[in-house]
Amino acid sequence: MVGNLLSVADLGAEGIEEVMAVTDSFVEVSERAIPKVPTLRGKTVVSLFYEDSTRTRLSFEAAAKRLSADTMNFAVSSSSVSKGESLRDTVQTIEAMGVDALIVRHCSAGVPWQISSWVDASVINAGDGWHEHPTQALLDCYTVRGKRGSLEGLRIAIVGDVKHSRVARSNVLAFALLGAEITLVAPPTLLPPSLDGWPVTVSHRIDDVLPKCDIVYLLRMQSERQSEALLPSLREYTARYGLTRARADLLQDDALVMHPGPMNRGVEIAADVAEFPCSVITRQVANGVAVRMAVLFLLLGASPNA
Amino acid sequence: MPDSIVVIRGGTVVDATGSRRADVLIRDDRIVAVESAVDPPGGATVLDAGGCIVAPGLVDLHAHLRQPGAEQAETVESGSRAAALGGYTAVVAMPNTNPAIDSAAVVREVQELAVTALCDVRVAGAITVGRKGEALSPLGEMADLGVKLFTDDGTGVQDSRLMRRALEYASALGVTLAQHCEDLSLAAGGQMNEGAWSSRLGLPGAPAQAEEVMLARDLALLRVTAGMGARMHFQHLSTEGSMDMVRAARAEGLPVTAEAAPHHFTLTDERVQSYDPVFKVNPPLRSARDVEAVKVALRAGTLDAIATDHAPHPQEDKERPFDQAAPGMVGLETALALAITELDLPIEQVLALMSWQPARIAGLEATQGNSFIEGSSANVCIFNAHETWLVDAATLASRSKNTPYDGMKLTGRVRHTVYEGEIVVKDAEAQR
Repeated sequence: MVGNLLSVADLGAEGIEEVMAVTDSFVEVSERAIPKVPTLRGKTVVSLFYEDSTRTRLSFEAAAKRLSADTMNFAVSSSSVSKGESLRDTVQTIEAMGVDALIVRHCSAGVPWQISSWVDASVINAGDGWHEHPTQALLDCYTVRGKRGSLEGLRIAIVGDVKHSRVARSNVLAFALLGAEITLVAPPTLLPPSLDGWPVTVSHRIDDVLPKCDIVYLLRMQSERQSEALLPSLREYTARYGLTRARADLLQDDALVMHPGPMNRGVEIAADVAEFPCSVITRQVANGVAVRMAVLFLLLGASPNA
Repeated sequence: MPDSIVVIRGGTVVDATGSRRADVLIRDDRIVAVESAVDPPGGATVLDAGGCIVAPGLVDLHAHLRQPGAEQAETVESGSRAAALGGYTAVVAMPNTNPAIDSAAVVREVQELAVTALCDVRVAGAITVGRKGEALSPLGEMADLGVKLFTDDGTGVQDSRLMRRALEYASALGVTLAQHCEDLSLAAGGQMNEGAWSSRLGLPGAPAQAEEVMLARDLALLRVTAGMGARMHFQHLSTEGSMDMVRAARAEGLPVTAEAAPHHFTLTDERVQSYDPVFKVNPPLRSARDVEAVKVALRAGTLDAIATDHAPHPQEDKERPFDQAAPGMVGLETALALAITELDLPIEQVLALMSWQPARIAGLEATQGNSFIEGSSANVCIFNAHETWLVDAATLASRSKNTPYDGMKLTGRVRHTVYEGEIVVKDAEAQR
């Protein structure tokens, strides 16, 4: 891996495998009494989050700290951004302080690409608008691999608001690169306007899909979707697409339930289903730190002044 | 004083009557002789047109000159300089200024600025007060000042009843209503063309139907108002469906004209994958299929004009996250070369689309797009149709540099432009 991590597509299947192989060794580090290695000592990693986030920001911070990198947090609300500073001026100001990597979350698709054209530091996309969230896809692949050995030939159903989901876009790319068969399950209003070139099939009937899938990946359903005439109501969404207690019985015995968080219990997933043994949702979070350590290591650890 | 005597020597004259080898003698603001060889009289300035086309000056139906209100982006003067360098001798300035050109007072303000411009700058007036789509502007008082084209460009008139009333009212004034076709409820939030690319890039799309729904509505309204004398011009049409509708409307005999912008026959929505907001424009860059349909429509005469939709924006408004950046591209200095490079049309047809046809739509046929005969206005564009050049955004005369063609090699270069007998561009350099 060189330079930046902007899209899953930049990695390819080999790149994903490389991240997962490195992740294995960092999982071992995470399990130590003192889960810290000196690998990135002297490196500075800045989190530039223009959008609220708990798990991704903390996960990257934990990953950087376990690698002994210096971390800085950029809080948009208390910064010169609120004084009208442009994105470019902000990132160039931060870079001038000497940083090795910028971890960027922004509500506008494409911002990490723009930033990477303005700075020399490595840019890691931690979620851009509806577009991509590559480290989420990597930790999801790692989680599946841990449970099933490989993604090759697995049938994965991605259920919910694909249209507005960066997680779905990155995961479709990653799952397909690793050989899984993907079915998108959503009402037509919550699918992208065109699926030309997407390696997926589509279903509007979750009850038909659940008995035939190895993994059901639920997306977060936001309540705003009701006001945009995309859904009659969340109640109807849950009735037709939610993983209710009754629907969980349709799953095969060894099927896995995944969710990128934060969950809306009672909407896309019933509260008790989230606690079932088949649910690997907390495993995903735990793997997130090790995967992000691998990403930081691959981007920063191999440079000449490491 | 402008050069009082100019001889354009060695070129091929092309106008609505055809093409021939001829020299052109200009005295003051008139063409006084068009002959196979003109001996320059004493004191004459000679423009070398060897290997060049000598054509009526180009006419742009659609330029945003940003004055009053956004002088950091463009002024009437800088915009007219860019126009002259692009071979234009007339441009129609859009009314989405601040304040909007929606009253006699603002029309007069822009007309005064236009007095010293490097080309004929005509004003388009707003159809509705403040371009808000709520109440009719004083179309009559603006028409009395010579305004011939009205539009709320930047947005379309959303209210169907108001649009019908505007057509009825305007029919008595002998003016043309022009529409920026965009149904805002369908286009809401759209940052690029809705389709395969918007789906992949995770950007909200504006569907082709946002344009087509309003075009279809306006054609329906025209069916009930055309008998009264109403006529319409459709701006920057960009979709295959729009081309089909205009073709059908013409066959039906409706009084419609239509234009397309150079970026809609040269660039597709695939360009947005760089997330560079220089590719953000409204209507958005469309699919390859739409681009092909626009080309076909230009070749077949379905469309009457190539209009630039020259939309200057300063760097600070463009260098932003894609969904926060201002939409629009500058176009006056590249339009002719793009038409020559991309359309594969005989030069006569390119000029019909860029000079005499738009001159008629703008109501400027008395002085613009004229054929080269004794006594006609000396508005002339002289260009080499084979010369290649590299677009360099930094050297554009426009105050804004937001061209999507930076670094591209184009064929067709304006050498000289003569506006009302004055040499405003010589050897591709503005003279003032």
